[in-house]
Amino acid sequence: MKPQVAFFDFTSCEGCQLNKLNFENDLLDILKHVDLVEFREAMDDKADHYDIAFIEGSITSPSCVERIHDIRRRSDVLVALGSCAVNGGVNAMKNMHPIDEVRETVYGEDKYLFATLPAMAVSSVVKVDYEVRGCPMTQQDFLKLLIALVLGKQPPKYGSPVCVECKLKENECLYNRGMVCLGPITRGGCDAICPSFGQFCTGCRGILDDPNIDGMLEVMTSHGISLDEAKKRMQLYNSNEVQL
Amino acid sequence: MSRDLDIKVHHLTRVEGHGNIVVNMKDGVLEKAHLSIVEPPRFFEAMLKGRSFHEAAIITSRICGICSLGHQLTSLVTTEDALGLEVSEQTVLLRKLLVHGATLQSNILHAYFLAAPDFLNVGSVFPLIATHKDVVLRALRMKRLANDIGDIVSGRAVHPITPVPGGFSRIPEKAELLEIKRRLLEEGLPDGLETIETMKALAGAIPQFERETEYISLKHPDEYALYQGDIFSSDSGATPVSNYLDVTNEFVVNHSTSKHAKYNRSSYFVGALARWNNNHAQLGEEALAAAEAMGLKPNCHNPYMNTIAQVVEAVHCILDSVRIIDRLIELGLKNEKPNQTPTRYGRGIGSNEVPRGILFHDYTYDNKGNIIKANCIIPTGQNLANIDDDMMKLVPEIINKSKAEITLNLEMLVRAYDPCISCSVHMLEVDFIE
Repeated sequence: MKPQVAFFDFTSCEGCQLNKLNFENDLLDILKHVDLVEFREAMDDKADHYDIAFIEGSITSPSCVERIHDIRRRSDVLVALGSCAVNGGVNAMKNMHPIDEVRETVYGEDKYLFATLPAMAVSSVVKVDYEVRGCPMTQQDFLKLLIALVLGKQPPKYGSPVCVECKLKENECLYNRGMVCLGPITRGGCDAICPSFGQFCTGCRGILDDPNIDGMLEVMTSHGISLDEAKKRMQLYNSNEVQL
Repeated sequence: MSRDLDIKVHHLTRVEGHGNIVVNMKDGVLEKAHLSIVEPPRFFEAMLKGRSFHEAAIITSRICGICSLGHQLTSLVTTEDALGLEVSEQTVLLRKLLVHGATLQSNILHAYFLAAPDFLNVGSVFPLIATHKDVVLRALRMKRLANDIGDIVSGRAVHPITPVPGGFSRIPEKAELLEIKRRLLEEGLPDGLETIETMKALAGAIPQFERETEYISLKHPDEYALYQGDIFSSDSGATPVSNYLDVTNEFVVNHSTSKHAKYNRSSYFVGALARWNNNHAQLGEEALAAAEAMGLKPNCHNPYMNTIAQVVEAVHCILDSVRIIDRLIELGLKNEKPNQTPTRYGRGIGSNEVPRGILFHDYTYDNKGNIIKANCIIPTGQNLANIDDDMMKLVPEIINKSKAEITLNLEMLVRAYDPCISCSVHMLEVDFIE
C-alpha cells in the first residue's frame, strides 16, 4: 500500500510547500508512489491518520501548540520541513526583542488581542523524526528524504559546512570579494547556491554541530563589520541556536 | 425569508494561509458575514528593527513564499529610496522580467490549481490528472517556464538570491535569456492561448455577482503598471506613493490578525481586477483580445472575474517578457556591480504591484544603514474589508440556495481574490451558524 502523506503549515511563508507545487516535472511521478491525503494549500480533503506528516513553519501561538499535538498523535513519522520548522528560522528573530515591544510595534494598543508565544522549532514541542533544512528547503533535499522514507532507508545527513560545496563548485571566496559570509559555520547540503549566485551565505540551514563561533566572529569582524553586526548576521536564521 | 443560517468554514482550503468564513443570520437578518483571519501573527516589522540594509530584502521576502519576489523587489526599491542608491536601466529591466515571471507563475497557479477545481466540481487539481491530463500538464509547463525565469535570472524562484540593493549579485548570460525567449514564444505563447480557450469553457461556472467598489492599483505613464508608478484610485485619481498612509488607513478588527484598510469608502479592491479596471488601455492587443474572448470588459464589478483578469495578465507577461529580453540584448548585457554606497540615510517608501495587488514597504534607516522603523502593507490585508462587504451583499442575494451552495459561493468568492494570508498577517475557515 502506498504511504499516506500529508502536509501542514504553521507560522511560515508557505514557500516550502510552494516548492512542492513547483515540482512541475516530477509531481505526477511522485503521486504514483504516495497517497497525498491532506494538503490544505492545494486540496480540500482531510484524513484521520498519516504515515508521514510533513510540517512547515514555527510554533508561535497556543493554537499552534494544540494543533501540532493533534497531528503528532495521528502520525507515524513526522518531518520538519524548512528553517521555520527545524529551528524557528527568521521567525525566531522576534525572540531577541522583548515580546511586549514586538506586539506593540505591530498592533499598537491592540497588542493583547492575539495570543503569541516566542517562535519555537517544532521539536521544542513534539518529537520530530526527520528534518529537511533550508530557507526554502530545496526540492532535491525533500525528494531524497521522501524516496528514503518510501524505500525504508535512512535519509542523508549533512555534516560539513557550505564552504566545502562552495569550493567544489570552484567559486571565488566571497571574503575575497569584500563580502561577509556564514559558509564556514553553516551546515551544507544546498550546493552553495547563494555564493554560487554571488550572494553571501545567510546560515539558513543552521549552524554546524561543533562550530567555532569565536573564530567565525573574528573572521567577520576582520572583514569590516562590527561585532554587533556580526552577531546579528549569525542570528538571522539561528536566534534559537546561537546565544551570544 | 426569515431564515437562520450559521456557516463556519474552518481553515478554508486552496488559499495561502489560514482563514475562516463566518456567516451568521438570525430570523432573516444577516448579523455577520466575514472572513476571519486566524494565521498566527509574524511580527516582521518588529524583526526588521536593527537590521542592516543588506538583510532587509532577505528578511521581507520571507513574509511569503508565493510573493517572495514581490516583497524582495519592493524592499529593494524602498531601501534604495531611503539610502539614495541609483540603479541602472539594465537592473530595472531585469527586475521587470522577474516581475513578469513571478506574476505569470502566481496567476497560473491560482487559475488552474486553486480556482479551476471549483468550476469543475472537484476538491483539488489532483483528480483532474485523470480526467484532464493535457490541461494539468499545460498548467505545469507554464508554471515551470515562469519559475525557470526566476531560477535563471534570480537564482531561485522562491526566495530569489541575486536581486540585492543597488542591482544584481549575478547578471544572467545572454544565451540564458535567449533560451527563455525561445521558450516563451514556442511554449509559453501557445500554452497561454490554449489557457484562454480552457477558461472560456469554464467561464459559465463563474457566479454572476456585481458590487461596484473602489479599485486601487499603481499607474505608470508608459506601461501597464507592475513595477513602480503612482497610486491610482478609481474614485479619486492619482496620488504619489509617498502618500500611501492616506490611502491605506489601516485599522485593527477583532476577527482578523491581519489589519484592514479603507480609503474613500468602507473598503477597496486591489489585485488583477483593479489593475485591469484602472490600466486596461495600456495592455497590448493580444491581452485585450484574450479579455474579450473570456468576457472580461473594462470596469468589471464582479470580483469572481479577478481570476479571468489574472489570465489576461498571464498573456501580457509572456509577451512583454519577450520585449524586455529584446531590449536587454539590444543594450548589451553588462557585468555591473550593484551600487551599494549610500548617499543619504533616512526614510524610504516603495511600492510595486505584486500578483495580489498593490504592496507598500516603508523603512527608516539610521546613519549606519540599520532599520529603525519598518512598515509593510500587504495586498490581501487591503482586500479584507472589501471581501467582507462583498459577503454582506452576496449572502442575501443567494439566501434561497442550499447551505452547501451558499458555502461554496462564499469559498469561491474568497478564493477569487487569491488571498495570501501568510502575507496579510504578516486565511480560511467558513463557520455557518443555523
